[in-house]
Amino acid sequence: MTSLRRRLFLILIAATGAIWLCAAGWIYLSSRSELEHVLDARLQEAARMVHSLVAGGNIAATPLAAEVPGAAYERQLSCQIWSLDGRLVARSGGAPDEVLGDPAEGYSERTVNGEPWRVYTILDTEKGVRVMVGDRIGLRDRLVRDLVAGLLAPLLLVVPLLGALIWMSLWRGLKPLNAVARDLTARDAEDMRPLAPAEAPAEVRPLIDAINGLFAKVEAARRHERDVTAFAAHELRTPLAGLKTQAQIALATGDAATRDGALRRILVSVDRTARLVRQLLALAKLEASAPLALKAEVDAGTLLREVAQLSAAPARIGVTLDPTLDALRLQGDRETLHLVLRNLHENAIEHMPEGGAITWRRLPNGLCVEDEGPGIPEEELPRVTERFFRGRNKSASGSGLGLTIASMAAARVGARIELENRDARRGLRAALMWS
Amino acid sequence: MRILVVEDDPILMDGLKVGLGLAGATVDDVATCADARAALAASRFDAVVLDLMLPDGSGLDLLAAMRARDDATPVLLLTALDDAPDRVRGLDAGADDYLGKPFDLDELAARVRAIARRGQGRAGPVLKAGGLVLDPATLSATVEGRPVGLSRREFAVLAALMERPGVIRSKAEIEERLYGWQEEVESNTVEVHIHNLRVKVGRALIETVRGLGYRVRRPV
Repeated sequence: MTSLRRRLFLILIAATGAIWLCAAGWIYLSSRSELEHVLDARLQEAARMVHSLVAGGNIAATPLAAEVPGAAYERQLSCQIWSLDGRLVARSGGAPDEVLGDPAEGYSERTVNGEPWRVYTILDTEKGVRVMVGDRIGLRDRLVRDLVAGLLAPLLLVVPLLGALIWMSLWRGLKPLNAVARDLTARDAEDMRPLAPAEAPAEVRPLIDAINGLFAKVEAARRHERDVTAFAAHELRTPLAGLKTQAQIALATGDAATRDGALRRILVSVDRTARLVRQLLALAKLEASAPLALKAEVDAGTLLREVAQLSAAPARIGVTLDPTLDALRLQGDRETLHLVLRNLHENAIEHMPEGGAITWRRLPNGLCVEDEGPGIPEEELPRVTERFFRGRNKSASGSGLGLTIASMAAARVGARIELENRDARRGLRAALMWS
Repeated sequence: MRILVVEDDPILMDGLKVGLGLAGATVDDVATCADARAALAASRFDAVVLDLMLPDGSGLDLLAAMRARDDATPVLLLTALDDAPDRVRGLDAGADDYLGKPFDLDELAARVRAIARRGQGRAGPVLKAGGLVLDPATLSATVEGRPVGLSRREFAVLAALMERPGVIRSKAEIEERLYGWQEEVESNTVEVHIHNLRVKVGRALIETVRGLGYRVRRPV
């Protein structure tokens, strides 16, 4: 798991460290150049001072002047006075015997006895002397190092302190997120109350809003699921109650006609319940499986004759198939198309208890079935494809699932169901249309 | 006992009608809330058997409306939703009893008898007057301990009179108890039944109040 806090902490520490390193580098370089400048000026000044003493004749150049012991930085400067013919006239204590610098006037660098030196030379042809003042570059570097170390040491001590400070700030800054996480962790699966966004900062609010939106969707889906389950329970238990009641009547009655009536109703009820179970299974299958990618073509006329044979209409109802349907090829897999047509067919038959005719017709981009039943009240039209919805003109044997299944199955083959009451005469036109 | 059954499934409805009829009740059946409201406004019922999911609304709303207008007719809810919260909601909405589908017909009949009895203000299961005892559970009658054979209709007439001893029942009231809406009422049936009953249980028990109806004498 990636921790946001650890991530932010590392980023902040790395950024701060990088800035500090740059600053340290810059301090080092600028201190060094400044120091070089100052030390060079000192070299030049010292050389002038020695030269002026020599030139003024105030001191005699004595060979091998006494060496003066001193502390680390005190023995920095060494001085040599050479005659023009290359004789060492005088030197300061600790100065090497070898010539320190270039014979020409000005700054020069040279390695003497394995040590690099920086030297300023004054050439006085009038007096016949060369004055050379130099210091060890090693010493110069040490000076720079000590200076920079003195500057950086306190900063290094501050780093852990700064780290702790960043860590604490992050902890405080991420508190609202932790609060949301704690709230969510403490919940049980049933708790879909929205999170309170009031005290959350603006950055966290979109997250909370998204979670609340998800909660609302899950809750709606669950309520829908509960409704469907409740309806399914009602639709299954009611016929079971009817079956049981009729069976008890058949057992209890002494009257043969009553018993026969009860037994006949049991048969009808078993058929209806079987159909309901078939439809529930079809619905569950439609909901559970992914749409088939398979793009087959099915002959509409053949399929409709098959459907008409399976769901045989009672003798009082005439079924007509438009002959042009034989030339119609439907897009989609056979099983799904069968499901659509069968449910539309049965729906049409169910709504004509008094008899009449149903007709399958070809349409420009689909087909339709027309019945002579009561139709559907206009205000109920948008709702009839809802599960278990049974409107005012419901049939005695319907389950409220037929049109739901038909419309779901139609969507799977890329078509849709369009329902409209017939204008000219009573009845419903249910069309399966490809767009 | 006259019962209104509100149920939209035709086969269950038929079962309830025949089954409760076998248990001695006269049953009127409706399939929608609207029809139920009309029936309740038109007639008096001893009990209502009410399905919760009806095509034009919820039985609970119908029940709530009944109780809101102080209709105290006992109601038994019949439903497929038999989770405890649903039962509680039903009973709190004013139902007297609750039965989940599928149910036992005998149990339903017994529960309907029980809520009807309570609706009449009685606790005891049998009706008594003089030496006559009626048991609605078994549709049997005894006079001074001797069993008397009564037809279903004779029993219903006698039960109507004995439920409220001393109160005069008009001929129309008794007919209402005998026949559902769909049944043809024969003009002199009540007189015929009263005549036969007087032969079977004794002349003294049923009193004719001229021009008003009949009554059973209140026990002293």
